Amino acid sequence: MPEVLSLSALGLVLSLFLGLLRVLLAPTAGDRMLASQLIGTAGVGLLLSLSPLLDQPALIDVALLLALLAAVAAAAFTGQQEDSND
Amino acid sequence: MIDVLSSLLILAGLFFYLAGSIGLLRLPDLYSRLHALTKADNLGLGLLIAGLALQAQDLLIAFKLLLIWLAILAASATNAHLIARQARRLESGS
Repeated sequence: MPEVLSLSALGLVLSLFLGLLRVLLAPTAGDRMLASQLIGTAGVGLLLSLSPLLDQPALIDVALLLALLAAVAAAAFTGQQEDSND
Repeated sequence: MIDVLSSLLILAGLFFYLAGSIGLLRLPDLYSRLHALTKADNLGLGLLIAGLALQAQDLLIAFKLLLIWLAILAASATNAHLIARQARRLESGS
């Protein structure tokens, strides 16, 4: 079981890295926002798989907080873009 | 038995995460990339959480995991909608 969890953490770090690459190479601002959403979700997954691995139940609460913050980020981004367009 | 099932679910979730990330890099336009990302968010995290909840020590932790998934579901659906609408508006408006 720890092997599977470590593998999942490793794969999620890879996914985070691909998301960062997307931020770097994004053609539009919307793409950058999509990538940051991927980074947020992969971060949540990473914290959740590390929590039983390190025996730290508090990491689940951190993941919950990150999930709630992810909801605000894109809404703020769209609102700001609309303001600057008008 | 539960360990095997939970491992399978976690690995399936990981597959969707990686497929979504590669899709985000490789697909040709914003709307198809949106589609790839939604798979990673909803299905990848959903399967991962299902796998982790199977081996949670008590019910409270499993419930918290479910809560995280629901929060991400709501966030990703709203965000996908907002980003797609914004992109469409920029396309037709300018």
